[in-house]
Amino acid sequence: MNDITSGLGEAVRRVVTLDPDLVEITWLSLRVTLGATAIASLIGLPLGAWIAINRFRARRLVIAILNSLMGLPPVVVGLFVYVLFSRSGPLGVLGLLFTPTAMVIAQVIIITPIVASIAHQAIRDLWADYHDLLISLHASRWQRVQALLWDGRRALLTASLAGFGRAIGEVGAIMIVGGNIDHATRVLTTAIALETGKGNFDLALALGFVLIALAVAVNLAIHFGTRTERSSRW
Amino acid sequence: MKLLKTLLPFAFATLAASAAAAETMKMSVTTSFANSGLAEVLLPEIEKDTGITVELLVVGTGQALELGANGDVDAVLVHSRAAEEKWLAAGNGTHRREIMYNDFVVIGPASDPAGARSAEKAADAFADIANAQAAFVSRGDDSGTHKAELKLWSAAGIEPSGDWYKAVGQGMGAALNTAAGLDAYILSDRATWLSFENKAGLELVFEGDPALFNQYAYLPVNAEKYPSVNAAAAEKLEAWLTSDKAKGLIDGYQIAGQQLFHFNAVAE
Repeated sequence: MNDITSGLGEAVRRVVTLDPDLVEITWLSLRVTLGATAIASLIGLPLGAWIAINRFRARRLVIAILNSLMGLPPVVVGLFVYVLFSRSGPLGVLGLLFTPTAMVIAQVIIITPIVASIAHQAIRDLWADYHDLLISLHASRWQRVQALLWDGRRALLTASLAGFGRAIGEVGAIMIVGGNIDHATRVLTTAIALETGKGNFDLALALGFVLIALAVAVNLAIHFGTRTERSSRW
Repeated sequence: MKLLKTLLPFAFATLAASAAAAETMKMSVTTSFANSGLAEVLLPEIEKDTGITVELLVVGTGQALELGANGDVDAVLVHSRAAEEKWLAAGNGTHRREIMYNDFVVIGPASDPAGARSAEKAADAFADIANAQAAFVSRGDDSGTHKAELKLWSAAGIEPSGDWYKAVGQGMGAALNTAAGLDAYILSDRATWLSFENKAGLELVFEGDPALFNQYAYLPVNAEKYPSVNAAAAEKLEAWLTSDKAKGLIDGYQIAGQQLFHFNAVAE
């Protein structure tokens, strides 16, 4: 209990004084996770919509794989990306290991299945309503995907935010591919793991509170920015 | 597409920024070097004297050597002689340079249910713990400390197994947290123990046996195997780590009035 109160106090103190180390790792957390969420949404949302409105042979298999990949252990993804980008690996020449870019790549792999899967569910329901209309308008497949993505945008926002939520709290993969290097690849979650290892529980908790506050702030900003939770249906 | 176009330059700018900084090199080090706080004392001085920004990857000895073997770091600073020599024999590094030592200590519950305090030697203390079936937390992660622990068990003629022996497979700090929670015995390096802030009911119960000696060595990664390795910076860093300035800083680093590391590099 004592650690929690002193953790809260420490969090408030560091936020109020704009502690430079805290600002640096928080900013990097935000950049990496927003970058990964944006890229995962660009891939996952159209992919989910495409699967929802197309009937093809391997459809069930693809959906089953997508749903299973949602449970992919981040450590495995981290190791996979590490082996890929290690100097001894196939993409080693790019020199991307232990950079924020590598962290974004790992997170994209982790959250794209989540974004795609939730988008698929949402678009499938919407497609049931729109099916006859879009068919009678002779809309092409790509036009159908576009119409559904636009009209389902609020549900799709939830898909992206679910991806964001998974990515912002993720530590296993980015610890391996980022390396938790001070002033280079240290983010909130890896700093929390580090401070916990030092037995510095109040600082670790303080960083945890900052992480939660950051996630809430991003979610609120997006909801206000896009005017969800208001009169309209979606 | 527009979003992608705005994001891509951003990703590349991040890349360019890390490449354009002043000379940097990467070194994988054991948790004890960083968790003890010594790194925070040495790194700013290294940067001031040599202009090299040393980026630390803080992992166990096993992973530290693996990063070096894959060419992902420029040098390695670890403490497990047998593993280091095997690593060198495989052509992963150029040479091994001893820098400093500290020692391992046996930590346990203040009540010392196994009576390890009265042991003559470290191996005897371990035998007492095993005989009493007192809870013991093992790093279990192929780290230098884990290897030192296994050596002590074999010196005691014991194959540790059973409910009382808990291999957690984590770093020193996480393992100490587990031991504090279970009120268990554990082998720790002195530096991490002294700077550890969650001691709970644990105390130092055994120290001082030469078998607990813990040598740290610096191993530059073989640049012939990986041309991307920054051998020049690794060489400059080695010169600094073995200098009189490093000696003063390492020997002078104290926590709670205790010296943590002893410089013992030999001039070439």
